[in-house]
Amino acid sequence: MGCAKRIIPCLDVTDGRVVKGVNFLSLRDAGDPVEIAQRYNEQGADELTFLDITASSDNRDLILHIIERVAEQVFIPLTVGGGVRKVEDVRRLLNAGADKVSINTTAVLHPDVVEDAASRFGSQCIVVAIDAKKVDNQPFEWEVFTHGGRNATGLDAVKWAQKMVSLGAGELLVTSMDRDGTKIGFNNPLNKAISDAVDVPLIASGGVGTLQHLVEGVTLGGADAVLAASIFHYGEYTVQQAKAYMAQHGIEVR
Amino acid sequence: MSRLQVAIVDYGMGNLRSVANAFQAVAPGLNVEVTSDASRIAAAERVVFPGQGAMPDCIRELDARGLRQVVVEATQNKPFLGICIGLQMLFDHSEEGNVAGLGVFAGEVKRFPVSSMVDLDGHKLKVPHMGWSQVKQTQAHPLWAQIEDQARFYYVHSYYVQPQDATLTAATTAYPFEFTGAIARDNVFAVQFHPEKSAAAGLQLLRNFVHWQP
Repeated sequence: MGCAKRIIPCLDVTDGRVVKGVNFLSLRDAGDPVEIAQRYNEQGADELTFLDITASSDNRDLILHIIERVAEQVFIPLTVGGGVRKVEDVRRLLNAGADKVSINTTAVLHPDVVEDAASRFGSQCIVVAIDAKKVDNQPFEWEVFTHGGRNATGLDAVKWAQKMVSLGAGELLVTSMDRDGTKIGFNNPLNKAISDAVDVPLIASGGVGTLQHLVEGVTLGGADAVLAASIFHYGEYTVQQAKAYMAQHGIEVR
Repeated sequence: MSRLQVAIVDYGMGNLRSVANAFQAVAPGLNVEVTSDASRIAAAERVVFPGQGAMPDCIRELDARGLRQVVVEATQNKPFLGICIGLQMLFDHSEEGNVAGLGVFAGEVKRFPVSSMVDLDGHKLKVPHMGWSQVKQTQAHPLWAQIEDQARFYYVHSYYVQPQDATLTAATTAYPFEFTGAIARDNVFAVQFHPEKSAAAGLQLLRNFVHWQP
């Protein structure tokens, strides 16, 4: 009963190429977003997230072409994030074929963008990404950071999550900055605190190194979906293996 | 202009390209068009009625484009596929914004009641219901051809339809109670899930629709 817990490979994109995961792939596959998306789709990925890490706004539009090409051939939900500043950016991504758009820094600087986008396009396509870090100089445990983790905001991550949902966020993508890239597992207490505080689905992100971490993201962190990049890109595990492992541990998967 | 085989009704609510892309993928060479032109829709062999966003907005935009009549007529005379809000709008009334629907079928569109959204283990179930859930086929239908019973489809919704006539229901999904995941009557088939985002099973359903002769 309920929904299968989702496994979401995350693809970092810059200058029209997928930048993680190209190192160990054959030349034929090297970095082509459509081929990588198709491979994950064939492995049973439940959804794909594309993160535009392009520094220069000149190349920003390239992600639109990528999404257009992927959406022509891959028929699972596609989420796109990175550099979304205006409601117009949301519209363009949706028109290119994104099913959901993830808003991060802009949600903090201009919460009205979340509200406007949700009321115009529906909550179902608005994901708010929250980068949080454990702090000891605040009356709360986890603080929201922006600009890829450089700027502290003074905001309590749990309260912030509730506010974003009240403005219309249909889903939350929670990344633990303490864990990101560490491969020691999700920050499950953080995820659990947020998941318990809101009614919308939560995607856990940051820190996956083993398949057991995916299981714990669900069982300990209360995540509805788990996002991972490197364990899939570098061929350590396939999505199929991840699903088989989760199923063995009593988690409902597709 | 050649005869349109599949018209996807565009009333300005969201991106319909995924639906068109999916039809193109399952039936290369199919003449499919996303259109808000009532005469094109009236002349098409088959009509797809999608929808996303809030139902009051969808009804308002549909009327603003003068498409209500051609959609209702299509439900009476040609293969018709409703998707998501395109299913919900076929009913009398929705709790979402307390708005009247197109009234093709008797029944209500209801919000998932927060109080009963827990699974058997007592875990809270999230609303919107977002993700891959099993779809139990409750009646045989050509659109289920080559799709396994209990196959998973992708859902994103906070409201569900409750038809007055229970025999309309063609599939159910448990979240946590059994709600109507699809309806079928004569030339109309409509689904709460998104076949265009449901990988192989979804594409098979769209392929079945293209070949359906009700």
